[in-house]
Amino acid sequence: MIKFDLLILGDSGWGDELLFATVITILVSLSAMGLGIFIAIFTTWAKISGGIILKLISNFYTTVIRGIPELLVIYLIFFGGSAGIMYVAKIFGYNGYIELHAFTMGTISIGIISACYSSEVFRGAYNIIDKGQAEAAKSLGLSKIKIFIKVLAPQILRHALPGLGNVWQITLKDTALISVTGLVEIMRQTKVAANTTHSPFTFYLAAAILYLILTTFSSKIFNKLEDSSNKGIITT
Amino acid sequence: MDIELIITNFLIVFNGIDETIILVLLSLSLGFFISIFFALARISSIKLLSESIYYYIFVIRGTPLLVQIYLIYFGLGSLKPIRESFLWIVLKEPFWCGVIALVLNTVAYTTEIIRGGIQSVSKGQIESCKSLGMTRFTMYYKIILPVAFRQAFPAYGNEMILMVKATSLVSLTTYMEITGLARNIMSKTFAPVEAFIAAGSIYLFLNFLIVQFIKFLEWKYNPHLRLK
Repeated sequence: MIKFDLLILGDSGWGDELLFATVITILVSLSAMGLGIFIAIFTTWAKISGGIILKLISNFYTTVIRGIPELLVIYLIFFGGSAGIMYVAKIFGYNGYIELHAFTMGTISIGIISACYSSEVFRGAYNIIDKGQAEAAKSLGLSKIKIFIKVLAPQILRHALPGLGNVWQITLKDTALISVTGLVEIMRQTKVAANTTHSPFTFYLAAAILYLILTTFSSKIFNKLEDSSNKGIITT
Repeated sequence: MDIELIITNFLIVFNGIDETIILVLLSLSLGFFISIFFALARISSIKLLSESIYYYIFVIRGTPLLVQIYLIYFGLGSLKPIRESFLWIVLKEPFWCGVIALVLNTVAYTTEIIRGGIQSVSKGQIESCKSLGMTRFTMYYKIILPVAFRQAFPAYGNEMILMVKATSLVSLTTYMEITGLARNIMSKTFAPVEAFIAAGSIYLFLNFLIVQFIKFLEWKYNPHLRLK
């Protein structure tokens, strides 16, 4: 049932291709997570201290993206990403043809999805922090930026870490969907291998195991990070 | 943006709403029913039972749903023993493969939700059940499970929304529901934004209904929390 000889490294097996695809999956997940956190910082800021319009926009963004299937968002970027970028470029006076690389499209679409979850996590973490802390920092004469960097951000990060761990798992699993754009990550590579060798069961099982290894391994890392960020703090 | 195109797209995409709703209802109801037993098994003192449920949840939650769907639809379908057995009647249909994958998936998440609900039932309630001389079955059926479900409503609402979104993946096994139809439009018209708005608004509406439904359930089963 399972053809192990197809999974060995080297020319006769698909092992090395699968390993390379795993690296791509990790890279896409990392960059999408990074982009997501970057966007989430802005949307969280807009939700907490932005004006009414900014609040509306960021709430609309997180509600809509979280209520729509990820696959639909990916199709939107996949079929419309290049056209959208060219449209924006035209406003700035550039009329050439721009084509987005599959890796970029994958990062953008997963990043947009991941940002919604991250921003909810950040908002929750911000709400936990005692309001007195910011007031105390203000009364000490710290500037707004200093208050954020020195007092609030480290605590937000500590409270957000468990939630971010969940977002990372979601992001990692969502990258399987960008195989539809043709980026050769685990899912795409196993599909190609399954179709060429006519043994889908072997390869999809291998993909499942690869994802399981990645999620297990990364949850271990997040547990370590949580432990080290809670040093000196009594947790119940 | 072309409003007329959005409306024509909407009418096309709307044909897929039956397929999506059937998938959601079938897998949610089957999944919920199985999850009750799985949750009871997960907290049982029989180690083999609770540990096997734990590993099942671990595997399902650690792998993408897409892999599970492909493994069932393409993977199992390619095995000779299965092709020759009675299972083939079910596994050759993309619809049933989708249902099986979605049920497997939702059971893993719902089991944990219900387990959390059961474990949040206060000790005093269980003790008073016992002091009243209730049998184990009556205690679970009349007291623990209803209270556990009430606790679990908000989390289960999230799971329902995730399931509505998850049905879109079944479109990758040639089953034509909302997302599948939207993809067809996108690749034909090259106007992705209009198709996205048409399909997305249906999903948003479905999820809006679920949120209202959960709010109603919470209101109905928490009469002691209502404002007088």
